[in-house]
Amino acid sequence: MNAPSVTPTVLEARQIVKVFDGTVALAGVDFRLDRGRVHALIGENGAGKSTLLKVLAGIEQPTEGQLLVDGHVVPFASVRDAAARGIAMIHQELQLFPDLTVRENLFVGRERRTRWGTVAWAAQENAARRTLERLGHASISPRARVGSLSLGQQQIVEIARALVHDVRVLLMDEPTSALTSAEVPVLFQVIRDLTRHGVSIVYISHRLEELLAIADEVTVLRDGRVVGTAPAAEVDVPWIVHRMTGGATRQKPVEAPAAAGAVVLDVRGLTLPAKPGRTALDAVSFDVRRGELVGLYGLMGAGRTELIESVMGVHPDWTGHVVLDGTELRGSDVGRRVEAGLAMVPEDRQAAGLVQTLSVCENITLSSLGQLSRHGYLSPRAESRAARPLAEGLRVKTPSLDAPVTALSGGNQQKVVLARGVMSRPKVLLVDEPTRGVDVGAKGEIVDALRRLAAEGMGIVFATADLAEVQAAATRVLVMARGRLTADLPVSEATADALASAASSTPPDDGGPHGRP
Amino acid sequence: MAGHSRSEGRSAAALVMKLRALIALALLAVTFSLLSPEFLTASNLSILVKHVAINAILAIGMTFVILSGGIDLSVGSIAGLCGVVAGGLLSRGLELQAFGVVIYFHTWLVVAIALAVGMAVGALNGWLVARLGVAPFIATLGSLYVARGAALLTTGGATFPNLAGSAALGNRGFAMLGAAGVLGLPVPVWVMALLAVAAIFLAAYTPFGRQVYAVGGNERAALLAGVRVGRVKLFVYVISGFCSALVGLIIAAQLGAAHPATGQTFELNAIAAVVLGGTSLMGGRGTIAGTLVGAFVIGVLADGLVLLGVSEFWQMVVKGLVIVLAVVLDQFQRRSS
Repeated sequence: MNAPSVTPTVLEARQIVKVFDGTVALAGVDFRLDRGRVHALIGENGAGKSTLLKVLAGIEQPTEGQLLVDGHVVPFASVRDAAARGIAMIHQELQLFPDLTVRENLFVGRERRTRWGTVAWAAQENAARRTLERLGHASISPRARVGSLSLGQQQIVEIARALVHDVRVLLMDEPTSALTSAEVPVLFQVIRDLTRHGVSIVYISHRLEELLAIADEVTVLRDGRVVGTAPAAEVDVPWIVHRMTGGATRQKPVEAPAAAGAVVLDVRGLTLPAKPGRTALDAVSFDVRRGELVGLYGLMGAGRTELIESVMGVHPDWTGHVVLDGTELRGSDVGRRVEAGLAMVPEDRQAAGLVQTLSVCENITLSSLGQLSRHGYLSPRAESRAARPLAEGLRVKTPSLDAPVTALSGGNQQKVVLARGVMSRPKVLLVDEPTRGVDVGAKGEIVDALRRLAAEGMGIVFATADLAEVQAAATRVLVMARGRLTADLPVSEATADALASAASSTPPDDGGPHGRP
Repeated sequence: MAGHSRSEGRSAAALVMKLRALIALALLAVTFSLLSPEFLTASNLSILVKHVAINAILAIGMTFVILSGGIDLSVGSIAGLCGVVAGGLLSRGLELQAFGVVIYFHTWLVVAIALAVGMAVGALNGWLVARLGVAPFIATLGSLYVARGAALLTTGGATFPNLAGSAALGNRGFAMLGAAGVLGLPVPVWVMALLAVAAIFLAAYTPFGRQVYAVGGNERAALLAGVRVGRVKLFVYVISGFCSALVGLIIAAQLGAAHPATGQTFELNAIAAVVLGGTSLMGGRGTIAGTLVGAFVIGVLADGLVLLGVSEFWQMVVKGLVIVLAVVLDQFQRRSS
């Protein structure tokens, strides 16, 4: 703890390489974190930010490279190794136990004990209360059940969970994605307070202005490499965007955008109340024409998924108007919407897209069983005859159509889910993050397929947080921020700057949908 | 060509693994027929298949429920309730006190009413699970008690004896359901066979069947793909209720009497047959044919052990071990594949 001026670098990563199943996530990354500083990590989805953070936290072991703490090489074989050196991580997805109390959550796995070996409740409660006070949330009771707290309060608990133990390095992966705009300054105050006490912080966020407000240093990652490191005072948003996207905006495909047809989907005033774990939607209105490939751009927590799910009728408490091809859709019956001509490719392939117990063919036909059966008889031959052209058209690489869908790679699984949506011959296809966790080759094929479908007259909405992808593929771009539509741009006007600023804009009148009474 | 033969060996081993329930069944049958001369006699086999039929009918309905990711603990109670409903209508008729009349229905109408009661209780289970989101274990545990209580209340705890009916009332012929039928095979066995064929078709060759697998495999994905998840869940419990009612009718017909305690603990035998047949309790994986094999394994095991004079207590131990062994093998296979 003495002489911080001698070794200001607390944590250093040298030439870190991380390979997942043949995909290079990090390709030789150098990274230094100085004592009492906030170091921001920036990059597009898949640039390697979260992977680097996980390596620093001991969650993932690097394929190559070294980690140094206070100038000494240390192996981080596990989270415990990192924790023993005072390194803690706050995850993007909350990792709390909703049915346990706040004080139980703060000490899970590291309970304080009395000399009889029982849990020292009083000591835990005091420590919990002190930590919550320090975070400016003395109102959260240590005895409250975590599931009963608001999402913002849960985020504070997640942070408190790291702070209640002695930390020297705090790794924060999008800590503000669940916070209201009123809660963000409180977090920043906490961060400044921590740095004054010598704690160092690595901070990931997609909100660039926010980063520049809190960071001392900025490192930009692209495709698993560091493409820029600078003191935050010397950089601005254009500098960051330029490096994130790799210079000039990628070239557009030369093909002229197909002439858009009539409006096929008209959404007016779509509103969704706030609930734990989801972003509220505030009177979102847009339309989609036949043959349009509409990009829905927004950062994590902007409400893209909620918008798509609401149009699809997943949430029973939505209000507003959804008109598909002249017919107003009411209620919340996903099955009826599929019959009406909507189809959805969900964001989370494993949790919401694939039926893991079914074969490739059975996954593809799942939304079209009614059309495929004759008098209630579903012939396996008719099924594979119908599924084959789709699988081939999307270049699904599979040993056979009868192979279990779990045998396929992520990109091919994604194509299977896409094929299911396409097979139901929808008028409008809603695709949520179709290229997330997909290798580059499959990414291109999926985007090409979407273009082709649009050219055939389908209306397509595809949500993404990937700036370059939305620019390269879309014919029109909608931008969301905090549950609202903040821009509707033809692709010619959808520059990186315009998209980034629309995506990080905060509604001027109040603290966003969460902040209202 | 060592590699070739090794891979052949592997695929042979995989085949044995896949057909292990069937192989186990064959081994059991061969063993018992060697150890006991009575095993292969017509009378023993007839008793054996009658016992198997009852469990298999329940297990077929149960398979749909388990495939959808649920469980139905109420099948035995529904069987008991439907048996006494049929028994009461046959032996005492439906008394309408307001009109001072007693109505006796035709036998087939009685059967239809009893089946409808079973399906109604199943629909109640499905409604609790699908609409109110009650955990299947809890919903059907509740029905287990309620249906049993209703059966006991219907008879006041007594048995309805003598279900032969009378020609004057036009309700004879109920005993036919439990008697010998075409080709000398008992009617319950025919019922089982027809039900099995229908169930295999429903599970493997209809949109509904596929949707049951999809709901059990990944409910959220099924929902977003447009599958009416609630409706699918409702129907699987209705199917199970229908199968339970069939069993209640068959037992009442075989005994010529309806006892309200009929079917107690039958749900456990049915679940055991489903699990032995390779269906995953997590839902989404399994077959009707597997369930049939499972029901036969349990039936042959019980019958053979009785013939060998093994005590009832040891029979329970053996049955338990076989069930656990089957599931352990299942896990092993799934991990290796």
